[in-house]
Amino acid sequence: MFDFVSFIPRAVMQGIPLLFGSTGETLTEKSGNLNLGIPGIMYVGAISGVMGAFTYEQSVGAANVNGFLAVAIPLFCCLLGSFLMGLLYCFLTVSLRANQNVTGLALTTFGVGFGNFFGGSLIKLSGSDVPAIVLSATSSYFRRTLPISGSTGWFGKVFLSYGFLAYLAVVIALVAAYILKRTRVGLHLRAVGESPNTADAAGINVGRYKYAATCIGSMIAGLGGLYYIMDYTSGIWSSDAFGDRGWLAIALVIFTVWRPNVGVLASFLFGGLYILHMYIPSGMNLAVKELYKMLPYVVTIIVLVISSMRNKRENQPPASLGLPYFREER
Amino acid sequence: MNNRAHNPLFHVSRRAALPWYRAWGIRAGALIIALLAGALITNLITGLNPLEVYATIWQGSFGSARRTWVLFQNIAMLLCVSLAITPAFRMRCWNLGGDGQMLIGCLATTACMILLGGKLPNWAVILCMLVSSVLAGAIWAAIPAIFKARWNTNETLFTLMMNYIATQLVAYYIIIWEVPKGAGKIGIINQSTQAGWLPQIGSYKYLLNILVVAVVCFLMYIYLNYSKHGYEIAVVGESERTARYVGIKVDRVIIRTMFLSGAVCGLAGMLLVGGTEHTLTTTITSGRGFTAVMVSWLAKFNPIWMVLTSFLLVFLERGAGQIATSFGLSASYADILTGMILFFIIGSEFFINYEIKFRHAAGKGE
Amino acid sequence: MSLDNKTAAVKMRNITKRFGPVLANDRVWLDIYRGEILALLGENGSGKTTLMNMLSGIYFPDEGSISIDGRDVVIRSPKDAFDLGIGMIHQHFKLVDVLTAAENIVLGLEGKLDLKAASAKIREICDAYGFEVDPNQKIYDMSVSQKQTVEIVKVLYRGADILILDEPTAVLTPQETDRLFAVLRNMRDAGKAIVIITHKMHEVEALSDRVAILRHGQFIGDMPTKKTNAQEMTNMMVGHAVTLNIDRPDPVNPKPRIEVRGLTVRSIDGILKLDDVSFTANSGEILGIAGISGCGQKELLESIAGLQPVEAGSISYIEDDGRREELIGKDPLSIAEMGVSLSFVPEDRLGMGLVANMDLADNMMLRSFRKGHSLFTDRRTPKELAQAVVQNLEVSTPGISTPVRRLSGGNVQKVLVGREISSAPTVLLTAYAVRGLDINSSYTIYDLINRQKRNGVAVIYVGEDLDVLLELADRILVLCGGKVSGIVPGRGASKRDVGMMMTKLGGRADE
Repeated sequence: MFDFVSFIPRAVMQGIPLLFGSTGETLTEKSGNLNLGIPGIMYVGAISGVMGAFTYEQSVGAANVNGFLAVAIPLFCCLLGSFLMGLLYCFLTVSLRANQNVTGLALTTFGVGFGNFFGGSLIKLSGSDVPAIVLSATSSYFRRTLPISGSTGWFGKVFLSYGFLAYLAVVIALVAAYILKRTRVGLHLRAVGESPNTADAAGINVGRYKYAATCIGSMIAGLGGLYYIMDYTSGIWSSDAFGDRGWLAIALVIFTVWRPNVGVLASFLFGGLYILHMYIPSGMNLAVKELYKMLPYVVTIIVLVISSMRNKRENQPPASLGLPYFREER
Repeated sequence: MNNRAHNPLFHVSRRAALPWYRAWGIRAGALIIALLAGALITNLITGLNPLEVYATIWQGSFGSARRTWVLFQNIAMLLCVSLAITPAFRMRCWNLGGDGQMLIGCLATTACMILLGGKLPNWAVILCMLVSSVLAGAIWAAIPAIFKARWNTNETLFTLMMNYIATQLVAYYIIIWEVPKGAGKIGIINQSTQAGWLPQIGSYKYLLNILVVAVVCFLMYIYLNYSKHGYEIAVVGESERTARYVGIKVDRVIIRTMFLSGAVCGLAGMLLVGGTEHTLTTTITSGRGFTAVMVSWLAKFNPIWMVLTSFLLVFLERGAGQIATSFGLSASYADILTGMILFFIIGSEFFINYEIKFRHAAGKGE
Repeated sequence: MSLDNKTAAVKMRNITKRFGPVLANDRVWLDIYRGEILALLGENGSGKTTLMNMLSGIYFPDEGSISIDGRDVVIRSPKDAFDLGIGMIHQHFKLVDVLTAAENIVLGLEGKLDLKAASAKIREICDAYGFEVDPNQKIYDMSVSQKQTVEIVKVLYRGADILILDEPTAVLTPQETDRLFAVLRNMRDAGKAIVIITHKMHEVEALSDRVAILRHGQFIGDMPTKKTNAQEMTNMMVGHAVTLNIDRPDPVNPKPRIEVRGLTVRSIDGILKLDDVSFTANSGEILGIAGISGCGQKELLESIAGLQPVEAGSISYIEDDGRREELIGKDPLSIAEMGVSLSFVPEDRLGMGLVANMDLADNMMLRSFRKGHSLFTDRRTPKELAQAVVQNLEVSTPGISTPVRRLSGGNVQKVLVGREISSAPTVLLTAYAVRGLDINSSYTIYDLINRQKRNGVAVIYVGEDLDVLLELADRILVLCGGKVSGIVPGRGASKRDVGMMMTKLGGRADE
C-alpha cells in the first residue's frame, strides 16, 4: 500500500523551493522579463543565508543563539543577496537592454559558482571533516513547527508538520495571485508584460515595474534556496546539493500558465514526482529509479506541448516576454 | 504637481551603424575592464597582486605542454557545441539543449563501444559510433523542433527539459553497464582492447579532436554564409513572414536546422567519449551546452569569431581553476570570474547599439 | 477674428526632433486653442505624428519648448501629458489585447482598483457622447471601430481637455466617421481643444475650424479653414502646385490572365474575410481594388499569391495559349515551379516583402536564391541586380551593402518594387504601393507600374487614395465587407459613386 501520510509531507517539502522559485519567476515574467538566472539566484539566496547564519553561529557559539536573530539574520542576508542578483539582471536587461537569455545564463553560471565557492570556503573555515556545513542550531529555529502538529495524527503530519517558510511560500503565492488579478499594481504589471508600449503610453513607468517585479521576484526565489538549506536539509550545505531545482521552477511557471495560486498545488505535485522514485517499490533494480526521476521533466514537456496546442489566449506567455523595451524604437 | 519641472539629465537614443572596428573596440575595452575588475576581486580574496593573478591564469592555461593540450582540447569541445547550436540561434530558435544533445551522443557512443567492441572490427565500431551518435543527437534536437514547427511550442524550455531527460537516461544506463556491479560508474571502457577508441595521431592524444573541430568550424562557416540552407536560416530568423512570402517552408527549415544542430552536438559527444574520456558520466559535458550559448552570442553567431570567444572562456576557466588550486579555493571560482566578465561584455553591447546624449541645463522651467 | 482673441491652450516653440540622420521636426511652431478643432495636415512623413507624440510624452524633443496655458512645461512621459490634460488617440491603438475595455481604460491611473465603479463611469461617458462600449469585453474580441471608441473613452475618462487624434478615420466606415465627427463637434462645443492629424482634404473641410500644415518636418503655416480651399492646402502640403496627372495608356490587347471564381476566405478566428468574390484580371491592364481598409484586400492578394488558406472557390491562371492552371492549394514555391511568374509587392514592406536587417544585395536574392543546382548561393547576380535597381530607380542609399531598414520609406519601396519587376512577371500584385511615400517617389512607382502594364503584365493594384485609383486603373473593383460591391471602368467613373460602393454593397451604381 502506498504510504500517503509519509509521502505527502515529503512531496510538499520538495515542492516548497519550487513554489518560491516559480512564484518569483511568474512575477518576473509578468513584467516581460524571462529570467533564466533563477537557478543562480536561488543558489545565491541559499548561500547568503548560510553565510549569515554561519557568521552568527560562529560569533556567539551554537549553544547561545537567540531564536529571533537566528531566523532574522539569514532571512535578511538571503533577501539581500537575491535582491542584488535581481538588480544586476535588471540593470543589464532593462537599463542596458541586453539579451535576456544570455544575461540569465550568465547569471546562473555566476550564481551557482558563487554559491559553491563560498560554500566551499565556509566548509574549509569550519574545518569539518565532511564536505558540508552544518547549521543545526539555526535550522532548528527554521524547522520549528506548531506544538500540536505531533499530537494530531495524520492531519498534523500532512498539514502542520512544516516550518514557517513553507507556509510563507503558500501565502506569498496566494498574495501574488491576488495582486496580479485584483489590484491596480497587478493590472499595470500585466500590461507592462503584454505590451510595454501601451503601458508606457498609459503613463505607467515601464522600467520601474520591470525592476520592481524582477527584484521582488528574485527575492522570493531566493527564499526557496534558503528554505531548502535551513529546513529541507536541516541546515546542511554541501556543494551542488540544490541541483537543478531552479530550472524546474521555471518549468513550473509554464505548467501553471502564469498563475501563482495554481502553483501551490502544482509545486506539490512536482515535488511528489521528484521523489516518487523513492516510493515506487522496484526491488533491487536501481536503474529503474533513474527513469522515474525523469517524470517531472516529461510532465512539463507534456504541459508545454498541450498548452501550445490549445493556444488559448489567456494561457499564453506575456506577449513581450524576452524582448527589451525601448520607447523610441522606430 | 510637477511645476518645478526640469529637463532630464541625459537622453538615450539608438545609434546609426557603428563601424565594426569601433564596435569590437568597445567589446575589447569591456573585456579589459572586466579583467581588471576580476584581478581586483581576486586580489581582495587571495591577496595576490594583479600581475601575479594573470601570471597564474597564464600558467593554468599554458604552464606546461600538457596544460596547453588540455586547453586546446577544451576549446575544441566547447567550440564544437557552440558551432552546433549556432545554426539554430541564427534562426532565432533558442536551443538550450546542447548539453542534452551532446550527452545523448555520448550515450550512443558508449553503447556502441560496450556492445560492439570486440565483436566487430575496430573501424566498423567507430563507424557505428559516428552514425549512432550523430543520429541520436539529431533526433534529440528534432523532437522539440517538430513541436515548435507545428504548434510553436516554446523551444527554450522544451530543449531545457530534454537535457534532464537525457541525464536520467544516461544515469539509467550507467547503472545497467556499471563495472563492477554496484560501483555506480562505468570506468574506462575497453581499457585493454581499446576497441572503439578513436585513433591517436602520433603521440598527441587530443590532436584528432582538435582537427575534426577545426574542419567542422570551417564547414559551418561556409554552410551558414554561402549555402542556400544558410541563407534560408537567416531569412527565417529575421522574419518568418518574409520566408513564407518567398516560398521558404518554414517548418521544414526549423526541423532541418535543429536536426543539424543536434547532429553536430552528437558528434561532439562522440569525440568526447571516443576520443578522450573513454567513459560515461552524467556530468561528462560539464555544462558546455550552456557555455556554448554565450560563446555563440558573444561572437555574434559568427563561427570564426567563435574560435576567439571559446578560447576566452576556456582560458578564463582554466586560469581561474589554476588560481583556485594554487590558493586552495573552490574550483567554482572560475564560474564567478567567468560570470563577472560576461556581465561586462553583455553590458558593453549597450554602448555599441545606443548612445547617451547629455542635455544642457538650458531651457529650465519657470 | 474671434479665434485670435483666445489664449492658446498649447504653445509649441522651435520644436526639433531627430531620429538618427533623419530630421523629423525642424523648429516647428504650433498653437492649439480650446473650443476649436485643429486639423494638422501634411503628407505622410511630414512629421505630424512625431510632433504630436512629443506633446503626448511618447518622444522627447531634442530642442524647443512647450507651454500649456501660458506656463512652460516639460513633458517627459505620457503620464506628464495626462497630468496636463493631454490625451492622444494613436493610429495604432495602444490597447492590451488580453485585457477588458474597462481594464484598458483605467490603465495607468492611481488609487484602488475598482472595476465596478470604473464601468459605471464608462457608461456615463458613453451616454453623454453616444458611444457604445461593453466594459467587460476583451479587446481581442473587438472590431477596429470598437477599439477606437475604447481609446476615446479612455482619454475622456482621464478628463483630458486637449485631445489629439492620429488619422482616426483611416479604419472607419463613412457612417462610423460621421458619428465620430459628431462626437468631436460635441466635445469642441464643450470647450475642449481637439487636434486631428489627417491628410484627407475633405475631412479637413468638413470638420476643422483651423488648419495647420507641415511639410518635411517644417511648419508651413496655419489659417482658418473657412478662409482656404483644398487647392491652396494641397499646394502648401506638397510645396508646389500639383494636379494629379497620372499617365494612363490604353490597354494593349487585353486577354484574361487571372480568373477568380467564388473565392471565399475565413480568417483563423473564423471571420468571413472574402465572400464569394469573382472577377477577371486581364493582361496589359491595371485592375484597381478600392475599399475601406480591412475589407478583404489583403486576403485577396495573398490568396492569389498562395499565402492564404482558402475555404472555397477557384483562382485560375490562364496562359497565352488558353491553358489554365489552378493556383489554390499551392504555395508560392510551387506556383513559381509551375512557371507562373507572379510578383507581389505586399503592404508590409519590411515585415514581409524584405528582410529589414539584410542589405540590398541579400534582399535581391530572396526571390532568386534557389536558382541552379549548386548547394551554394550565387552572390554575384543579386549584387548586379541591386546595382541596377539603385541606378535605374534612383534609390538613395550609401551602398548596396546597407541594411534596408536604414533606408527611407520611399527607397525601401523602390527596392521592393525593383526586385519584384526584375523577374519579368506576367502578374503583378501591389498593395498600397505608395503608402508613406512622398509625391516624387509615388510618381516613380506609378510610372513603373504603367511600364509593366505596357509590357502586357496583368496588374492588380490595391489602393487607398480614390483619386489615384480613378486616374491610374483601367477598371476598378470595389470591395465592401469582403464582397464585390461592383466593378466599374476607371475612365469616367465618379469618385462619389465609387465612394458609395465602398460603403454600401452595390452603392448607387446598382445596374
